[in-house]
Order: sequence, then C-alpha cells, then structure tokens
Amino acid sequence: MLKFLIEKEFKQLARHSFLPKLIIVMPCVMLLVMPWVANHEVKNVNVCLVDNDHSALSSRLAQKVSSSAYFNLSATASGYSEAMQSIESGKADLILEVQPDFERRLVREGEAEVMLSVNAVNGVKGGLGSSYLLNIVNDYAAELRSEQLPYMGAAASGSFQLQASYFFNPSLNYKAYMVPALMVLLITLLCGFLPALNIVSEKESGTIEQLNVTPVGKLTFVIAKLIPYWIVGFITISFSFALAALLYNLTPVGSFGTIYVFIGVYILALSGFGLVISNYSNATQQAMLVAFFFIMILVFMSGLFTPVSSMPQWAQNITIFNPLKYFMQVMRMVYLKGSSVAELTPQLLALCGFAVFSNTWAMLSYKKVR
Amino acid sequence: MSTENIATISCRQLSKRYGKVEALRNASFEVGRGEIFGCIGPDGSGKSTLFRILTTLLRADSGGATVEGLDVVKDYHAIRNRLGYMPGRFSLYQDLSVEENLNFFASIFNVTIRENYPLIRDIYRQLEPFKSRRAGKLSGGMKQKLALCCALIHKPSVLLLDEPTTGVDPISRKEFWDILAQLRRQDITIVVSTPYMDEALRCDRIALMREGAVLKIETPERIISQFPQTLWSVQGDPMYKLLTDLRRHEDIISSYAFGDAHHATVRSERITPLQLEENLKMLGYLNVEVKKIQPTIEDCYIAMIND
Repeated sequence: MLKFLIEKEFKQLARHSFLPKLIIVMPCVMLLVMPWVANHEVKNVNVCLVDNDHSALSSRLAQKVSSSAYFNLSATASGYSEAMQSIESGKADLILEVQPDFERRLVREGEAEVMLSVNAVNGVKGGLGSSYLLNIVNDYAAELRSEQLPYMGAAASGSFQLQASYFFNPSLNYKAYMVPALMVLLITLLCGFLPALNIVSEKESGTIEQLNVTPVGKLTFVIAKLIPYWIVGFITISFSFALAALLYNLTPVGSFGTIYVFIGVYILALSGFGLVISNYSNATQQAMLVAFFFIMILVFMSGLFTPVSSMPQWAQNITIFNPLKYFMQVMRMVYLKGSSVAELTPQLLALCGFAVFSNTWAMLSYKKVR
Repeated sequence: MSTENIATISCRQLSKRYGKVEALRNASFEVGRGEIFGCIGPDGSGKSTLFRILTTLLRADSGGATVEGLDVVKDYHAIRNRLGYMPGRFSLYQDLSVEENLNFFASIFNVTIRENYPLIRDIYRQLEPFKSRRAGKLSGGMKQKLALCCALIHKPSVLLLDEPTTGVDPISRKEFWDILAQLRRQDITIVVSTPYMDEALRCDRIALMREGAVLKIETPERIISQFPQTLWSVQGDPMYKLLTDLRRHEDIISSYAFGDAHHATVRSERITPLQLEENLKMLGYLNVEVKKIQPTIEDCYIAMIND
C-alpha cells in the first residue's frame, strides 16, 4: 500500500507544472549567485587621500594603500574639508590624512601621525575598512623599521610583529564558510515548504476526503508523504555538492557519509514540521505564510549570517530549539574541519529528537475524523 | 422494508450541530439490503452531514448509526473496507490519468482492477477511450463515472453517493441512474442524495429532508398517492399577475410557480377546472388553461413544508 501511495506522490510531483523546475533551478541560483552576494568580506572601499606632506615616504604610503585589493584610491583632496565633501557625496568611505611634516618627524623623532576618518553609516564596512587600513599603516611602519633606516635608529629596537595563522580556512575564504550554509538553506526551503503545501493542497482539491474513507492508516499516510521529500532532498543536496566542487573547488574535509547521515535525519525533522503546518491549515495560502514565518525565524537564528555565540544570551537559549542551527554547525564543521559523527554526537541527538517529535506530532495532528 | 428485514444501514436519532446551526436533527431511518435509498432535499438540508457521519468522517453529537451491523464510531476501520463513497465534490487526483486513479484506489484497498472488473465493466467501457487522459480534463459526466468506478473498485457492499448528479447534463444524469439500477441488481445497497426531485422516482424509497430533519420516509409512489389534495396546473397571460390572483381566490388553498405553469391545490368539491377557467377569463387573462394533474414529488415536498 505504501509503495502505491509514494508512487502517487512522485507522479503528482513530476506532473506539477512548477515544482520540478523549482527543484532544479533553486540549487543553481543558490550556489551560482548567493556565495557572491551573501558575503561579509569588505572590498572596494573608496579612500580619499589628503596628502599634506608630498614627500617620498607619504607617497609610498599612498601606493601601498592603493595596491591593496580592498581599497580604491578614489580621490585626492587638498584639504580635510574638501575630503569631507567627497564622503558626503558618497565618493569616498574613508579619509586618510597625512600631516604636513610626516617625513620630517619620522626621520627626526622616529614617529609620525596619520588621521583616519570613517563613514560609519554601514557599520560593517566602516569597521572592517578602518581596521584593514590600520593594518596597512602598521605594516608600512614595520616595513620602515625593518629597512633599518640609519636615521631612524633607536625607535625601531623594541618592536615586535604579530603573525596570525588561520585554522581550517587558512585563506579566510568566505565562500568556504557560506557555501555549506547555503546548502542548508536550500534543503530547508525545499523540504520545509513542499510538505507544508502538500496535505493542505489535498484538502483544497478534496482528494483527502476520498483518501480518508480508505483503510490507509495515519502512519502509512505520513510516511508516504515524508519519503518523497526525503528523496528530493537527497537528490538536491547531491546536486549542490557537485556544483560546489565544480564552481568553488569546495569539497568537505570530512566524509560525505557523515553529511548524508545528518541530512537524512534533518530532512525528516523538517518535513515533519511542514506536515504539521499543513495539517492545521485550511488553505495553501495560510500554510505558505505560516511556513514562511517560521522558516524566516529559524534562518535568522541559525547562525547563517550572525554567529550564534555573538547573539544575546536569551536569543542563544531560543536557538536550542532550532534544528537549523545544529545542521548548520554540522555542515560547516564537516566541510571545513572534517568532523565525523563521533564529534557531532550532540547535534545528531538533537536532530533525532526533532525528527521524532515533529513526525509524531504530524501523525497525531492528521485527523481523518472530525 | 422493500426487500429484506435485516437493515444494512440503521440510524437512530442522529444529531449534529455546527456552532449555532443544527445540521441534523434526530434523523432516524433504516435502509435494507439491495435498496436504492434517496435522500431528497434542497441545499443545507443536512444530506452531506448525514453522509459524512455514515462514512465515518464525522462524529455525530448524539445518536448512533450502524453500517452492515458495524458501529460508525467503534468499527470505523472495518466499515471503510465495505463502503464506497463518492463525495459531493469531485475528489479524485486531477493530475493522474483515468487508469492511474483507478489503479491507485484499487491498490490502497489491496485489490486489483482485474479482480473486480466485472462490477465496473459497463461503466469503465465508456471511459476506456480516455484511459490515459488526466482526470482533471474529463467532462463532468465522465468525471462522475470515473468517481463511481473508483468507489466501486474494492467491491463495497454499500455505496454512498453524495449528490452524484449535481452539475451533470440531463443525458449523463439518466445514464448514471441506469448504472445505479444495474448495481442494485448485484445486491449493492445504495444511498444517494440529490437536490433534483425528479430523480426521486428512481429510488426504492426516499427520505424527504428539510433543515436537518427527516420529514418523511416512503416509496416515491406512495408519497405521490398520499398527496392530500387535488392539484391543478394553471396557465394564462400575464403569468405573474395570475399567481397573485390565484392566491386571492377563495376556492384555492395554495398556489406556486412550477416551471412554465402555476400549480394550485384546490377545494375540488366547490369548483371545477372549467369554472376556474371562466373565472380567470372574466378577469381578463388570455390563453387560460386549467387541468388536473398528477402531483410530482416536488409538489408533495412543497405540501409537506406548508403543513
């Protein structure tokens, strides 16, 4: 009996005018476009240089700034107020002002000052931009010291250099961080929305009435609804693994086996919730909006963009009930750190818990008799 | 009981409310094996609610019902195997083909089409040319035939058809009733609801329903023969004014529009059709025609409501 119910679901899915296309198009868009735009790296920061010194050392600084991939030396101004205008008009994000006696003081006293003014309307861009620029300036200072300019003697003696080494993502490649998370988002959208729309559309078309008078049991019914999404989810995720490998040369450090174990459990948990929504809704529109509401919250509280650890404590407490968070952690850890099931046991247990809970609920809330 | 003494379906004092609306009020009746039992009444008379209780999809607030001796609440699972149900709205999978729908419903009842093919052969033959067409693309009459096939494929002993002919053309409606008559010969008990009073004549017995209550249960012939008054059909121009004048006439008990004529119940001991014709001509009506007619089920229904 189950076999025929599942067969029916697949036939309906395949004949749907829209869903099969969505299943193909969504991973493509998600992986072709999103990694480029869902990106916290700050690039193309426009710098306005106010060089009041016009010396050899100050123009070397300017060159250093403009040779960085992060900055464009978009304008030079003759004075601070003129530079301020370029910030106001949006031509520049940062002002780097070099004092008139920059070279002279460096040579005589071994130190000099530059001023940094930042447009902080976009906090992330302002913050990161200024710290990048600070790095460049410090770097330049260290460079001058290491050149051991004879006239700089004493000041250089006590300096030290900070060397950071980045684990798991040595080149700080933002895509390596985002792509696994986008796969989670993809699975969540497909396997969350589709089940939410499924039962309710049988209600709308009236077919559920005919099905309810048959001997099909609750358990069989719910399983028959779950398995198709399970399979769709597996196909989609495998497709996106291939895309990630092809486009971004990203393959998990850990094993695909680990990921598939978690995906299996995760889809079950999520589709269960979808079915619950469907059971309580009377119209597709209602189911759609409710599903949208929950998925929104789950996504924002999952750590996709903002790390969970930097949320306020009360919000962190809420994320305990967010299956998306666990799966997000798993994907990133397997992709970047190479974690295996053994290290991810807490996440596995949590997801299993969600799967049992949501599907039991789905089964109980499916009522043949009113 | 028209055929046998053992009731296939038995309802006792069934009541159901939706909030303030009483959908069903103390409905009681019994249906015998192999009978075609019609529930006749306008929209909102409680037919669908009754069907949903009998098909185990809805629980009654009070009262009880059995189908084949099985309780609709306790033995719902056993009932579902013996019941064929056609809901009022077309509820097969529109995106599956004719054949796939039939196959699907056969398989979830654990039977094969071949096993029970003899039962649906006559109906399915008409569908066969379209068997690979999607159910959603069939005509109204064909949809109903397919729905009937799907409801029959597990060889139920009881068939519940909720307004199967609503929205179907007159020829298909007639064909549909011919099919039901054939099924009856195979000992299938059929309960069918319809808002069309003319279809009542094709039932063995009918229950006239109104606002959730069963007014009367009888064979259609007897309901007609029990019509308490004399019925005339009256025509004349202008028709609309005629109705008000008829209602004013002292020898006429009641009158109402009925298709292209007016029906009137009269005190026949005081007036003859000819006299009424004369009366009306004197009032200036043209083309006046008055004749005695046999009441239809609808006349009986109207008479019962007016009581």
